[in-house]
Amino acid sequence: MDAIDREIINRLQGGFPLCERPYREVAGGLGLDEEALIRRIDRMLEDGRLSRFGPMYHAERLGGALSLCAMAVPEARFDEVVAQVNAFPEVAHNYARDHWLNMWFVLATETPERIGEVLKAIESATGLPVYDMPKQEEFYVGLRFEV
Amino acid sequence: MVLSETDNRVIAAIQGGLPLTSRPWAEIGERLGMSEDAVLARVRALQAGGYIKRMGIVVRHHELGYTANAMVVWDVPDDRVDAVGDALGRQRCVTLCYRRPRRPGWPYNLFSMIHGKDRERVLDYIDQMVEELDLQGIPREVLFSGRRFKQRGARYR
Repeated sequence: MDAIDREIINRLQGGFPLCERPYREVAGGLGLDEEALIRRIDRMLEDGRLSRFGPMYHAERLGGALSLCAMAVPEARFDEVVAQVNAFPEVAHNYARDHWLNMWFVLATETPERIGEVLKAIESATGLPVYDMPKQEEFYVGLRFEV
Repeated sequence: MVLSETDNRVIAAIQGGLPLTSRPWAEIGERLGMSEDAVLARVRALQAGGYIKRMGIVVRHHELGYTANAMVVWDVPDDRVDAVGDALGRQRCVTLCYRRPRRPGWPYNLFSMIHGKDRERVLDYIDQMVEELDLQGIPREVLFSGRRFKQRGARYR
């Protein structure tokens, strides 16, 4: 990855101007032309360095809900439980972590009530308890992930 | 601000990503039968109203070489959790910081995410943070991530 890609990533995590020719405006600040910026964003989306380019919605304000959930999964059943949990479209991220609570996933649902329903469904599909830890407060962090 | 039918259509039209063309809002407008100005006005209102937290890119940390991803959890006395959360959020290496409920067998109420190129570096950041913010007395655990099984954005509308 070259310095320009890095600069694009650092710059575009902070925001994107809401104007008619936003790429031209951002490109100008980077000493690029509009087309070159578009090409580079396209390539980074294509090769997976970027997962998305667009709006980050406020889930709760749009009527939806999020929760961080954890499970203690017996090692021998791990792959089976991963498949059972990921089969729910409401599961947005799922990571293994080194801990007795060894599976951590995020539920994203269209309504708050749906969180509880999906939790129950996951518990009955897997036969394992789910620890549900919804956000109570979000502390401000700099939005940028510098590369 | 109450969301209108038009707002919902705009929300749905851009959630998959912005068009990579010179005039992205004109293209969205074309799809929705709206003018470029009208789309931009709705998007600005959605952002001002906090429905859109921000517009921009989401990186895949792993693909960028940030393969060590630690969730550092803290058991902070309730009367200090706001102060400690604010302080952690101000640290450069912290990318997310939330207060969450404690659970049986799980005493931690403050969660912070730290990304780094390797585990040693992440552990160094944590040591420095503990030192700088005087957090030695606060029980903590570091949960490094292993395999990633799923990563997608949430869908709305």
